[in-house]
Amino acid sequence: MAAPCNLSGSCIPSLFKKYLMALTGFVMVGFVLVHMMGNLQMFRGPDAINQYAHFLKTLPGALLWGMRGFLIVAIGVHVWMAILLTKENRAARPQGYLKQAVVRATWASRTMGLSGSLLLFFIVFHVLHFTTRVIFPEYQMEDYYTILEGDVVFNVYQMVVDSFSKPWVTGFYLFAMGALCLHLSHAVWSMFQTLGWTNKRTRPMLKGLARVYGWVIFIGFVVVPLGVISRILPPMMGDEEVIILSIEAEPFDSESL
Amino acid sequence: MKLFLKIWRQPNAAAVGAFEDYVLDNISPDASFLEMLDQLNEQLITQGKEGVAFDHDCREGICGMCSLTINGIAHGPRRATTTCQLHMRHFRDGETVTIEPFRARPFPVLRDLVVDRSAFDKIIQSGGFISVRTGSAPEANQTLVAKPDADRAMDAAECIGCGACVAACKNASAMLFVSAKIVHLNTLPQGAPEKNRRLLNMVKTMDEAGFGNCSNYGECEAVCPKGIPLDFIGQLNREWAVAKMKDIVSGVE
Ligand code: HEM
Ligand code: FES
Repeated sequence: MAAPCNLSGSCIPSLFKKYLMALTGFVMVGFVLVHMMGNLQMFRGPDAINQYAHFLKTLPGALLWGMRGFLIVAIGVHVWMAILLTKENRAARPQGYLKQAVVRATWASRTMGLSGSLLLFFIVFHVLHFTTRVIFPEYQMEDYYTILEGDVVFNVYQMVVDSFSKPWVTGFYLFAMGALCLHLSHAVWSMFQTLGWTNKRTRPMLKGLARVYGWVIFIGFVVVPLGVISRILPPMMGDEEVIILSIEAEPFDSESL
Repeated sequence: MKLFLKIWRQPNAAAVGAFEDYVLDNISPDASFLEMLDQLNEQLITQGKEGVAFDHDCREGICGMCSLTINGIAHGPRRATTTCQLHMRHFRDGETVTIEPFRARPFPVLRDLVVDRSAFDKIIQSGGFISVRTGSAPEANQTLVAKPDADRAMDAAECIGCGACVAACKNASAMLFVSAKIVHLNTLPQGAPEKNRRLLNMVKTMDEAGFGNCSNYGECEAVCPKGIPLDFIGQLNREWAVAKMKDIVSGVE
């Protein structure tokens, strides 16, 4: 059957789809590491994380939106290819086995679609939660602004602490990070294999690296919610601060930030 | 030995198949798996029933004709062993053994356990020729091949095209098979001139046949009776990108 070229992508060579999967995955693999290191600023105190967040938000618009756009495209292509590949893979075995043993494939590798779907749901939630702040609209209110070196900045620290004080939010984030850990523990070596950068000697090392990477990312992310519930990261806003804020923060227009 | 067999029966390609149960006694532990099936067929024929159709030819592990998914594993429980070389001593007396055909859309069942693997032949055909002079045997030292290259090409040439890689893969991907053919011919100077064209054509034919994509599970490598490694898929991936680039820039025929 000559493959017709349409949106379903059956004309895209299988290996091209996999290359896109691996390259977009590579972008995200790099991103999660930087993101994780950014989050760890929480442990250096409210000012550190707030300053970091302020720095990111006040980057030149073209740069900020360039990076965001790049990531959005990467995620979009990754998901699109995941859908195409999964559909083809299913179609390739219309009749399954009565009995199917798994000899070597890891659980992580066999559940990439599942962990990926969870991650997509998480990413959407996460952006609505912390970036656009529509899940808890109170984060858009003036209470969540603070003064840092004379500037009025958004109080990321307080938002994070308040968020993870809700058990279901913490639970969901921990679960999603588990999915990320699982996804990465196969993905990181798989992308090298897809790009053809493996051989007999390096494959075991890359498989090891993938597991380690998965765990490092997992731990690096979950210490923040765990820090909040264990009060290693205490709430910041004391009563006096609220008063000072409400006086000082009056004249500014939060829309302009 | 006595075995309880659960075997896929399907009278022809168009028919709906189903599993049937059989009991077979007095199996010698030294019999091969196919000899066990021969014994079952004798029993069935004596009872006036239709024997179970299955593929086989050399019965010495070199032709790639035998197949079967045995207890959920292509070519059964022994590593690096074809079904014809699998012996009954690797099963327990009284065990239930499930026998299914290799399952993949490009491998339609023709009858019982026999599947049509001509999709592999199409892939091979699309690979085309290699540039050697036919006629009298060439002088042995005319084309020098480095020892590591010769070894690698020989390892790849071990592939007998049985299709176990497709059968075992969750995605029914034929990448291990194609990679073995590519590494075999692309590594040797004799296959080098057509390298890029061969690669692009074989991958295209593979895609068109409806095989799935490679997710790097590694199941194929685990069941391959000839131990073809995932390395070859890595090389295929790498060389495909190079070939595709060349095709876009200057055209590969
Ligand atoms: C947004 C939702 C996501 C979905 C639906 C998704 C889905 C998938 C699927 C199904 C695969 C396996 C592809 C195959 O079997 O060939 C895969 C591979 C991969 N994913 Fe994701 N994923 C998502 C998010 C992520 C994230 C957040 C990262 C990194 C942090 C990531 C990194 C990778 C990498 C590196 C691979 C390996 C590519 C390869 O096999 O060559 N993915 N993804
Ligand atoms: S019958 Fe020839 S390899 Fe098994």
